[in-house]
Amino acid sequence: MIGAGKMKQYSNVLDKPLSKGRQEVSFSGFAYLFSELVQYNQTQVDNIGELERRLEDAGYAVGVRVLELLCHREKGNRRETRLLGILSFVHSTVWKVLFGKVADSLEKGTEHEDEYMISEKELLVNRFISVPKDMGSFNCGAFVAGIVRGVLDNAGFPAVVTAHFVPVDGQQRPRTTILIKFAEEVLRREARLG
Amino acid sequence: MAAIYSLYIINKSGGLIFYKDYGLQGRMDTNDTLRLASLWHSMHAISQQLSPVSGCTGIELLEADTFDLHCFQSLTGTKFFVVSEPGTQHMDNLLKHIYELYTDYVLKNPFYEMEMPIRCELFDINLAQAIQKDRVAYLGR
Repeated sequence: MIGAGKMKQYSNVLDKPLSKGRQEVSFSGFAYLFSELVQYNQTQVDNIGELERRLEDAGYAVGVRVLELLCHREKGNRRETRLLGILSFVHSTVWKVLFGKVADSLEKGTEHEDEYMISEKELLVNRFISVPKDMGSFNCGAFVAGIVRGVLDNAGFPAVVTAHFVPVDGQQRPRTTILIKFAEEVLRREARLG
Repeated sequence: MAAIYSLYIINKSGGLIFYKDYGLQGRMDTNDTLRLASLWHSMHAISQQLSPVSGCTGIELLEADTFDLHCFQSLTGTKFFVVSEPGTQHMDNLLKHIYELYTDYVLKNPFYEMEMPIRCELFDINLAQAIQKDRVAYLGR
């Protein structure tokens, strides 16, 4: 081929530019891996609350790393300092990279000042999962709640994040809402910044 | 109008893991369905031995006066069979589609134990949609 450049050979592996990585992975592959994660944790715990906590912790580890990676790749190492900034970062950028689409909606809670909600018609991780009736309101979206908590915590916005099923009239399957409740200090800081 | 009377799914040891009735007779007694499933499992296995040609994979179609029985066996030994009106077309495709739904909504469900009866909400919903679509297609013909 005429004009084809020779790929630059790097003597030091640290000089090589970071690759973008593969943009897509097999959905089935992920579904099976996640299914095994849930099954493994089920054998280790006695009750559903524990299981949710474990899934959340697993997601937390993902969130921490995703924040670092995306700050470098997508935002040029800029750091979010405002509440709405970090929320739209989670709602758009993080969701786009992890799930291939922007989250369905981002809402502010009407009852409490410190509550925000990210809603999805159906979380990607829950696509193939049918929770048996005897497990009550257990939601494998606790994993995603953990991811959000990991991102927010390490960006300096400590919060309690939970995943809930919200029944919708006219639809058989309930919607999923990720409820984010920010800590006191975050709200105080936000008020100070004006 | 072509119609499906019932759908059965049996695991590799012959136990019934899913039964759905679409006919007008009403749901068959549970014990009868279990017996029928294991009966079919045995017949399917015997047919493989009886076949005069080698490489036989078992009965695919059983034609009777009042019904047709189409059977699909996956590579893992799970059998999907549907009892339908005589002369119903495209049951093979339907069975393959149901197999796809099985792999998606049953096997990827962390709360499903292998070889146990299927109690997955998503599988039921999508199966109903698939059967519904099939019926509508026939009505349109």
